[in-house]
Amino acid sequence: MKIGTPKEIFEGEARVAMTPESAKALQKLGHECMIEAGAGALAGFADAAYADAGVEVVKTAAALWKGADVVAKVRAPDASEMKRLREGQTLVSFFSPVADEANMKKAASKGATVVAMEMIPRISRAQKMDALSSMANIAGYRAVIEAGNNFGRFFTGQITAAGKVPPAKVLIVGAGVAGLAAIGTSTSLGAITYAFDVRPEVAEQVESMGAEFVYLDFEEEQQDGAATGGYASVSSPEFREAQLAKFREMAPEVDIVITTALIPNREAPEIWTPDMVAAMKPGSVIVDLAAEKGGNCKLTVMDEKIVTENGVTIIGYTDFPSRMAAQASTLYATNIRHLMTDLTPEKDGVINHNMEDDVIRGATIAHAKEVTFPPPPPKVAAIAVQAKKPAPKELTSEEKRSAEIAAFKQQTKNQVTLLAVGGALLLAVGLVAPASFMQHFIVFVLAVFVGFQVIWGVAHSLHTPLMAVTNAISSIIILGALMQIGSASFLVILLAALSIFMCGINIFGGFLVTRRMLAMFQKS
Amino acid sequence: MDFGFTTAAYVVAAILFILSLGGLSGQESAKRAVWYGIVGMALAVAATLIGPGSGYWLLSLILIAGGGAIGYQLATRVQMTQMPELVAAMHSLVGLAAVFVGFIAHFEIGRVATYVAEGGDVYALGTFAGLIAKKTVVEINILRVEVFLGIFIGAVTFTGSVIAYGKLAGRVDSAAKKLPGGHMLNAGAAALSLLCLIWYFNTGGFFPLFVMTLAALFIGYHLIMGIGGADMPVVVSMLNSYSGWAAAAIGFSLGNDLLIVVGALVGSSGAILSYIMCKAMNRSFVSVILGGFGGPAGEQMAVEGEQVAIDADGVATALNEADSVIIIPGYGMAVAQAQTAVAELVKKLRAKGKNVRFAIHPVAGRLPGHMNVLLAEARVPYDIVMEMDEINEDFPETDVAIVIGSNDIVNPAAQDDPNSPIAGMPVLECWKAKQVFVSKRGQGTGYSGIENPLFFKDNTRMFYGDAKASLDKLLPMIE
Repeated sequence: MKIGTPKEIFEGEARVAMTPESAKALQKLGHECMIEAGAGALAGFADAAYADAGVEVVKTAAALWKGADVVAKVRAPDASEMKRLREGQTLVSFFSPVADEANMKKAASKGATVVAMEMIPRISRAQKMDALSSMANIAGYRAVIEAGNNFGRFFTGQITAAGKVPPAKVLIVGAGVAGLAAIGTSTSLGAITYAFDVRPEVAEQVESMGAEFVYLDFEEEQQDGAATGGYASVSSPEFREAQLAKFREMAPEVDIVITTALIPNREAPEIWTPDMVAAMKPGSVIVDLAAEKGGNCKLTVMDEKIVTENGVTIIGYTDFPSRMAAQASTLYATNIRHLMTDLTPEKDGVINHNMEDDVIRGATIAHAKEVTFPPPPPKVAAIAVQAKKPAPKELTSEEKRSAEIAAFKQQTKNQVTLLAVGGALLLAVGLVAPASFMQHFIVFVLAVFVGFQVIWGVAHSLHTPLMAVTNAISSIIILGALMQIGSASFLVILLAALSIFMCGINIFGGFLVTRRMLAMFQKS
Repeated sequence: MDFGFTTAAYVVAAILFILSLGGLSGQESAKRAVWYGIVGMALAVAATLIGPGSGYWLLSLILIAGGGAIGYQLATRVQMTQMPELVAAMHSLVGLAAVFVGFIAHFEIGRVATYVAEGGDVYALGTFAGLIAKKTVVEINILRVEVFLGIFIGAVTFTGSVIAYGKLAGRVDSAAKKLPGGHMLNAGAAALSLLCLIWYFNTGGFFPLFVMTLAALFIGYHLIMGIGGADMPVVVSMLNSYSGWAAAAIGFSLGNDLLIVVGALVGSSGAILSYIMCKAMNRSFVSVILGGFGGPAGEQMAVEGEQVAIDADGVATALNEADSVIIIPGYGMAVAQAQTAVAELVKKLRAKGKNVRFAIHPVAGRLPGHMNVLLAEARVPYDIVMEMDEINEDFPETDVAIVIGSNDIVNPAAQDDPNSPIAGMPVLECWKAKQVFVSKRGQGTGYSGIENPLFFKDNTRMFYGDAKASLDKLLPMIE
């Protein structure tokens, strides 16, 4: 199959869906690769580099669309590209089945197959092709960098000869992939970082990245994020109030706010109100990563940077990944390459569009002249449902003491009962059994007791030698045979002789093997 | 030489045996402890030979020497990985010897009874026979019960050990198998034995004894056949315990205190070992003996994700970069004879100043302490070989955990999935390490047949192939 990547038409889009490196990997799958001249230029990949990687460079977009069986690109196709899409062709790109519904139907009626990168299910098997995550990762990083660029101070606190510099305080709202990436970048630049998310279970992830999770003083059974495929869902009005109150309290303190709160297929929730913006210090920066969906702050202007009256900068760019085109293209091309690997299971250059496969089925929105959106729910749950863990109760020292005393009492009780029962049993036996038996029986009980006392002390690593040595010792049964071999009966002699012989094997074998094993143990 | 000397020698021997077992509490003292055991045994045998009742000195010595020669051959030739088989095989010998000695005791009882009935001189008989002759009716009855018990336990030990040996050596299919009827057959055989006991008690004839022996042999066979290979550590230590109890029962019937003491020591030792093993697997002793894993209580969690493979290059890179490494060996390492390769790897890594340690699960391998012995054979210093409890907390600070041929003991389902058959079993939490490599032959499940979610975790990479071959490939890449 021929996989082709055209130049992105969208204004300002610098990414490209194929890199020379990904092309090499695609060729290993048995595919041929082609690219429109200049497609990688903005991302720093020259046509010559593609040609060196064995990619056919075609002059025009028209020739590419005509020649390629699979078209891989970044942005959803525009009207002119939709016209070029033809029957039997597969298009792989970002393609929102909700926003571009008309195009999706058109593609289906044409008989083209469309694989939408944002529809890749969020299951661990599909992580390698999850382009939303890889783009969000870049967006999170870049958001901090952009904020720093517009922020007039250091991130780290410093005490210098020229005076003390306080550390910047960064609040990151929404701890998805972008939020976590932002947290990582911000903490490594040295800022004091706070993070908030409506899903309390991500607190652990936030803390693992070095930020402080902002807890609300609010009691509500939060819906487990796992149930919604790991995405946040709409929260109750009371919860929202508690959340806004907390942010209002923090607004005068924080220097940089990065909001990443998005709920799938909805307008972005408002979480940073104009009065919070007004309460912020001049020179503070807000980066609104949800600008495309209306913004988490209503003052945000999409694709623009504005400065409010009180000197707060609000950044509403939506093209963060494109601003790091080289990195974004590498990651996106790798995602595409992984998708193609799954589409070409035989590695023979023939695409097998397996609609039984959860991942492929989920991402395909148009196939065989049908609109195949929305997909059926995946066969395996995305994320294991977290069992509600009861918080381990911290025991006070008093409780600990009483528990210890109780354990001690219990132990004493057990021991005493055991002794009493054992003693009673012994007495009972003693009542019936003749004295000669009791003599031996007492020896037996004592020996068992000694055995129990001694064996508990044996080191775990020496259990095998212990078995070998007890095995050798249990050949003591040889005594029984030795005592009787002097008998007059031939049968007895024969049996005794056999027993002695077998015990001989055992004694020597057991002890020697034990010695051999023990000799091997050595200190470093 | 008279009785006094023999008894004194027995006391000394008993103390030596106790010291010998007690000395196993540490690696260094253990080396001394074996000698205690050897001296104790020599003393006991010598004292018995000199003491009353024995005859055919030369024959006895020759037989011991002959057996000793075979034992020596076995002990020096056996490979450390075959240790479990050897131990099981030797248990069967003890069991058989117990059966024989029990039979002898029975014959003697009969002989003495006729002798006394004919009015012969009691004191002209040997010690044991003389002892019997002096007994009252009640005592003779007790004696019969003792003989009966000795033979019963001995016979169960014998066939049980033979089957355990077969399973461990791979000559018998290691899966749990039961004849139709299952435990009812065992219960039936046990009931039959009980009937024989009553019968024997009343008549003292040979026939009930013989029937019981057959029943006991069957129980031993069927009981162990019904236990799967993964439970072998428990089985072997249980058989060890049985062989001790058999010796003790024979000791009772012969009126020999040393036999009783040693039998009780060995018996309790085996019982404690079994208990420790069961605890390590979070299983009740009864459920192991009754065979197989209990059916899961509900549906098990589906494992989701994929196993990601890695080649030697990738492992080598990670190891070269790691500061701390924990290796988790299992039965697979023993099968592949990979312990020397592992030791070599450890030596190389340690030479580079990395913190390399071993984490040993109590039931790793097919014998209690199996892994320790293998690693010791490969000259791995024992102070870097840690027990589960010592090392489990260190995984989160560990860069690389390498799982070599173990499966169930690193299965996170034991903690996460209450419906897993191994739920609640303590496991090594290797998945908390930054990266986990699993050396494994293929994608199959382990001995217990349970899917292992560890292999599907994001930080787990599968290093497929025979453990030894994989490590040999890896070794030159570590620099």
